[in-house]
Amino acid sequence: MSQIKSLADLRKKREEIKAEMDTRIKAIDPENHVQIKVAMATCGIAAGAKEIMEFFVEQLDRRNIQGVVTQTGCMGYCYAEPTVEITLPGREPVVYGFVDLKRADQIIEKYIKEGELIDGIIPVNYETIDSKE
Amino acid sequence: MHLLVCGGTGCHASESDAILWNLRDELEAKGLSDKVQVILTGCFGFCEKGPIVKVMPDNTFYVQVKPDDAQAIVEEHIIKGRKITRLLYHDPKTKEPVGDSKHMGFFKKQLRIVLRNCGFINPENIDEYIARDGYEALGQVLSEMTPEQVIEIIKDSGHRGRGGAGFPTGFKWEIARRNKSDEKYVVCNADEGDPGAFMDRSVLEGDPHSVLEAMTICGYSIGASKGLIYVRAEYPLAIHRLQVAIRQAHEYGLLGKNILGTDFSFDISLRLGAGAFVCGEETALIHSMEGHRGEPTIKPPFPAESGYRGKPTNVNNVETFASIPVIILKGAEWYKRIGTEKSKGTKVFALAGKINNVGLIEVPMGTTLREVIFEIGGGIRNGKKFKAVQTGGPSGGCLTEKHLDVPIDFDNLVAAGSMMGSGGMIVMDEDDCMVSVAKYFLDFTVEESCGKCSPCRIGNKRLYELLNHICEGKGNVSDLDRLRNMSLVIKDTSLCGLGQTSPNPVLSTLDNFMDEYIAHVRDKKCPAGKCKDLMEYYIIPENCVGCTACARVCPVNAISGERKEIHYINPEVCIKCGACMEKCKFDAIIIR
Ligand SMILES: Cc1cc2nc3c(=O)[nH]c(=O)nc-3n(C[C@H](O)[C@H](O)[C@H](O)COP(=O)(O)O)c2cc1C
Ligand code: SF4
Ligand code: SF4
Ligand code: FES
Repeated sequence: MSQIKSLADLRKKREEIKAEMDTRIKAIDPENHVQIKVAMATCGIAAGAKEIMEFFVEQLDRRNIQGVVTQTGCMGYCYAEPTVEITLPGREPVVYGFVDLKRADQIIEKYIKEGELIDGIIPVNYETIDSKE
Repeated sequence: MHLLVCGGTGCHASESDAILWNLRDELEAKGLSDKVQVILTGCFGFCEKGPIVKVMPDNTFYVQVKPDDAQAIVEEHIIKGRKITRLLYHDPKTKEPVGDSKHMGFFKKQLRIVLRNCGFINPENIDEYIARDGYEALGQVLSEMTPEQVIEIIKDSGHRGRGGAGFPTGFKWEIARRNKSDEKYVVCNADEGDPGAFMDRSVLEGDPHSVLEAMTICGYSIGASKGLIYVRAEYPLAIHRLQVAIRQAHEYGLLGKNILGTDFSFDISLRLGAGAFVCGEETALIHSMEGHRGEPTIKPPFPAESGYRGKPTNVNNVETFASIPVIILKGAEWYKRIGTEKSKGTKVFALAGKINNVGLIEVPMGTTLREVIFEIGGGIRNGKKFKAVQTGGPSGGCLTEKHLDVPIDFDNLVAAGSMMGSGGMIVMDEDDCMVSVAKYFLDFTVEESCGKCSPCRIGNKRLYELLNHICEGKGNVSDLDRLRNMSLVIKDTSLCGLGQTSPNPVLSTLDNFMDEYIAHVRDKKCPAGKCKDLMEYYIIPENCVGCTACARVCPVNAISGERKEIHYINPEVCIKCGACMEKCKFDAIIIR
């Protein structure tokens, strides 16, 4: 290990390490970041949720968006899988159904970046295990 | 994704290491090692339900995980994205599983400043501490502030010592700074002798660098170049983590000569204590570090004038130190907004006893006992009734129902007849006998008194004997006055804080539970049914059907009665083993 010789050095080092701990640091206050929940129960995975989730993880990074991608259990919309729930900071969650790579791309470009609703919204009337008190 | 595996003392003891390795093996086998990191952290505070595994970023909180569960966690949660319901925490009231830590009552009302990194970072990796703004406060202090400015911030913040007495930290530092000397010392008191307390241990195990950073800041402020941590040898994991942390800080130049390229140099070493309660008292602690007997001496002189090796020495508690870097970074104004008028910031408590969520918690000063016990603690176990809560350990007192809405802070607890102490909090229910509780604490003090002065050495022993007498049913009403008088004399005439506070559990139970004492001495009854000598097993004639089940299990043939007729227990013969009560299917046998 090399010595840290000044406050500026320390700060530089911190920025380097922080990137690695990103997943954890954002989880402290998810409400301040874009939260993307991909439904990953059997139905979701069968319908390709896994690829969608990986796409989000990769693309957020590449497009420089501060976001947290997590998975949830079945949201009860098996007919519309893969489903993805997006929560923008300070807004109510929105669920998109039948998300393929093309729609995922639109979700990032239009909804997450611009805040513009796009097609494919399913009315939210469920309670996930996450929202239970 | 990150999997955080608790490596605190509690979880460590229940095989969290094996969980860690199994998780790594599973991930390796599934080719996920580079996508999912497994990190060993400090205590989450939920030790009783340990070992804990937390999944980030979704904050899923798995409890009582076994090494064999690693496969399920990887296959179900990581690969398929399904939370494993059986490993989730189940709400004690609704019995429903709770999906993540943000929705657990235990964590909701907590505010974590001291424990900010416990259960979040790997305590054996200085990089993770740095990523959480670690050593930034030290950097700013050394390059941008004078010692006076630092002391001014701490004074202004209203921060008070967490070792028990609540002395304002900034003022303590100022006195140590003013005392001129060629050498000064910074001492961290990690003796933590209260029975059941493990606040300091968790901080040292979970976030050792926060203490090292704060001690270095203190050294700069008072003009010391040497720091000592007095930690009990019974804390091997804490000692190990401190040693690792000190080594890593040296390698980065954050301890040692010319820290961060400035002309300030500071070093820290450990001193192991043998684990005597009285050695937590600062003068005794200093004598012990010097190789003398761990006995207190009269103050003044205070350590700030003449402490370790006769030099000005600043002694602070672990938790007191752990808040310092945050106060520097966020400022006095921010800190002052947390807490009550005269007690700022947060306090860590070790919540124990008859409560659903036993564990380590941190709340803002001013949180009420009710919030702590019924919201964070999840209420009393098995639906029993709350009776009392002991704060301040063996030096504190019992508080009751009428104190539940008292906002917890240094002064309010004293006004209510107890004290903050180091943060032990033991909850008692209707089955606890308060005379026995007082006896339990006295037993501890008698054991731990250093014996230097007679009121403490002899007086506490007499108090204990008297309490024992009462529990055995040999007491009489005049004993209660003797208890009180003796308590007051011991308090007034003992030399150190141990003797000055040891009668508090007696006095507070006398004040709050006089009827229970009276029941013991006058009616020879223990209302809680705890004092063996005062209980009587009794068969309720109306309920007894004469099944003879009880008579058959009684090891001493104390039960008489014919088949299908009412049975009777002979109290002279009964040895109070309870076997008959367990056997009776008709709830006919009671303790009275
Ligand atoms: C019998 C006795 C035991 C004590 N035990 C501890 C202890 O375990 N840890 C601690 O920090 N302070 C303990 N103290 C308080 C210390 O004497 C001292 O006040 C404290 O370390 C100062 O630190 P603070 O200003 O940060 O609170 C004890 C005091 C007495 C009288
Ligand atoms: S009060 Fe007790 S512990 Fe303190 S010096 Fe006297 S005998 Fe020792
Ligand atoms: S308590 Fe034990 S000794 Fe007493 S009557 Fe019941 S079985 Fe017999
Ligand atoms: S030791 Fe694991 S939660 Fe405390």
